[in-house]
Amino acid sequence: MHATIEVHGLRKRFGQTVALDGMSFTVSPGHVTGFVGPNGAGKSTTMRVILGLDAADEGTALVGGRPYRSLRTPLRHVGALLDAAALQPSRTARNHLLWLAHSQGLPAGRVDEVLDQVGLRSAARRRAGGFSLGMRQRLGIAAALLGDPPVLMLDEPVNGLDPEGIVWIRGFLRSLAAQGRAVLVSSHLMSELQDTADHLVVVGRGRVVADTSVADLIAAASRDRVRLRTTARERATTALSQAGATVAVADRDVITVSGLAAERVVAALTAGAVPFSEVAADRATLEEAYLELTRNAVEFRAADAEAGR
Amino acid sequence: MSAGTAPRRGGFGRLLRAEWTKFRTVRGWVLGLAVAPLVIVTLGLVSASGSHTSCGGPYDVCPAVPVGPGGEAVDDKFYFVHKPLTGDGSITARVSSMTGHIRKPDVTPGVRNEVDGVVPWAKAGVIVKDGTRQGSTYAATMVTGGHGVRMQYDFTGDMAGRPGGVSKDSPRWLRLTRSGEELTGYESADGRHWTVVGTARLAGLPDTVQVGLFVASPGDLTVQQADFGGSIQAVRFTEAIAVFDQVALEGRTSGGAWERDDIGVTLEPDGAPHHPGGFAQSGDTYTVTGVGDIGPTGEGQRIESTLSGLPAGLIVVIVAAVMFVTAEYRRGLIRTSLLAGPRRGRVLAAKATVIGTVTFVAGLAAAGIAVVVGTRILRSNGNPVLPVSTLTELRVIAGVAALLAVAAVLAFALGALFRNSAAAVTVAVAVIVVPHVLATTSVLPLGAAQWLLRLTPAAGFAVQQSIPEYPHVLAYYAPSAGYYPLAPWAGLSVLCAYAALALGLAVVRIRRRDA
Repeated sequence: MHATIEVHGLRKRFGQTVALDGMSFTVSPGHVTGFVGPNGAGKSTTMRVILGLDAADEGTALVGGRPYRSLRTPLRHVGALLDAAALQPSRTARNHLLWLAHSQGLPAGRVDEVLDQVGLRSAARRRAGGFSLGMRQRLGIAAALLGDPPVLMLDEPVNGLDPEGIVWIRGFLRSLAAQGRAVLVSSHLMSELQDTADHLVVVGRGRVVADTSVADLIAAASRDRVRLRTTARERATTALSQAGATVAVADRDVITVSGLAAERVVAALTAGAVPFSEVAADRATLEEAYLELTRNAVEFRAADAEAGR
Repeated sequence: MSAGTAPRRGGFGRLLRAEWTKFRTVRGWVLGLAVAPLVIVTLGLVSASGSHTSCGGPYDVCPAVPVGPGGEAVDDKFYFVHKPLTGDGSITARVSSMTGHIRKPDVTPGVRNEVDGVVPWAKAGVIVKDGTRQGSTYAATMVTGGHGVRMQYDFTGDMAGRPGGVSKDSPRWLRLTRSGEELTGYESADGRHWTVVGTARLAGLPDTVQVGLFVASPGDLTVQQADFGGSIQAVRFTEAIAVFDQVALEGRTSGGAWERDDIGVTLEPDGAPHHPGGFAQSGDTYTVTGVGDIGPTGEGQRIESTLSGLPAGLIVVIVAAVMFVTAEYRRGLIRTSLLAGPRRGRVLAAKATVIGTVTFVAGLAAAGIAVVVGTRILRSNGNPVLPVSTLTELRVIAGVAALLAVAAVLAFALGALFRNSAAAVTVAVAVIVVPHVLATTSVLPLGAAQWLLRLTPAAGFAVQQSIPEYPHVLAYYAPSAGYYPLAPWAGLSVLCAYAALALGLAVVRIRRRDA
């Protein structure tokens, strides 16, 4: 069993709406992969196709090299959290996990282990209907961990968590990946994944827009912009324009230079005897990089959002 | 990570266990299936306690209903002209006339309106019987008012001979021979050429029996459709008069005179017989007048009358079974179930098995208590309860449990199809409970009621019928009287077919649709 998710050429329509338009990516073990894109980009649909809940019109989705529906005890291969609210309110947390354990031939002792892991032991015998959203998320994660699976898929797990819960889940996901599992976490907000994901699959309009490491994505978005602090803004602009750069005013004493590497900026300024106090490579934030990538992909139509739900 | 570890149990066993855990961990569902038997038992016992029969008289004790050799309640009322016969032998007689009187509704109030005629199941012929005790074993060959020559034995046995009645111009010879426990009936149009009507083995027939002539004439049944639904049944007095001659006995019989007994005749308070039969002899010609019938009777309470709470209990079961699946759709939990069991048909099958089994067990307890305790209460209140064999009683109890279980599976499947509690409960009640109520409360014409109980899932209610329909006994065989148009297991099979169909459609739907 390989701890992988392989998605290849998935296409799916809901009536007139194209939900998946050739979605392809691979999730490999050992790190957290962020699955990010605006609402309606096809994240949840992709996850449901991988999990055998929805059927794609075209393409394949394999977990550990096999289609989900061919797995006999699937929760031992893939743990998934799709909708933390999907609980029978009058059933206790422990019993919710117990029937799942029975369905996979897992011993009841495993239920207590995962309850401990997510910190729900004290609430084990309380009815799930009385749980806060954060507790439901923890219970959903416990369910995903029940079969000790090599692959984990979590759809918007941070949604609705309090700050403490967000910190907990970030550390938790990283530790799961560190154990060699493939962890796929979706979100529509890049900021939620900034400190969690090592790798990103960015999607928009049903297809992958970028499949890259976090560092590469930021570098690509930053290109070779340089921030320059100078008291002689006009002289600097003239000198740099002559050297072939594009200059934009960022602040009273700050300009942003693009199209010229930092050392050439310094050389041009020195040659023109322009005074400056600071030259720095301008690093884009992950959020900026993401917004730039998905600018074209964001297409908000109510129908899309509904169909991709 | 345990992905490589093979689970010990089989796939379906794991799903069953998971669904059982799901069921038992939701208090509402467990309560629902505990309420259903409670409703059935409570309603059944309350209605049994409220049912009293009183027969008047100094001790207020109802006469015991005679019971035939097969254990069923019987009518055994006829005029019997007989002699003892020891060992093997035979009786032969010619019937040359069969007439009678039938009382019709009074035209002028207070003036008895009687017409000449015989009812179709009026009987006259030769009989061998173990004494004169009501309910004792017998075999008889007879002519009837409208069903030709018959051979009947031990109340439930009936075999047809040639059709047609008798008259002076076309009399009928009848013969009955005894050889050990075996009785053979013959008939002849001329007294020379005989054909066998049938043979019967009477277990335990003693060496000495009573052999002779008999006449019986069951009451005339009329059923009127009432103006606002329902029916009015009336049974009116009839008598039959048959003329016998050429009577011949073979074997060791007493040489003395014929003995005469008006078996089972009703006595007036002053001790005089009410509607007596009669016997007149003129030379070798005997004229016998008889009232009554020899055959099984459906008069009296039945063990299934203690199951009056069944429709109400069934509704509770339907609601619980529907909720068992629609709750998962409402909460989105069905996706979790399908993640755990991607083979969707098996998930539905496991759920259906759990709800069906749980309902069967609850139904078994409910029907068992209601029937056993309810019948005891009925009897202690003086009600004559028609006796049935233990096997029949077990069939009624287990059958009702199966009816509840299969109805639960049907309701469950409708829930899986509609994914909506209100719609599924409404349809399930409309196809299972409503047709039964319509058919058995006789708001519908008889034919329509019977078709409802053949074609709809309500056919399954037939499984509770303890007293069968007898073609040779005239009665109002209507659902409102507890007679179903299909045999018990056939009726249950109709319900099973609907449940299988609905479950099949639900499986197709859950397989095809995105979850």
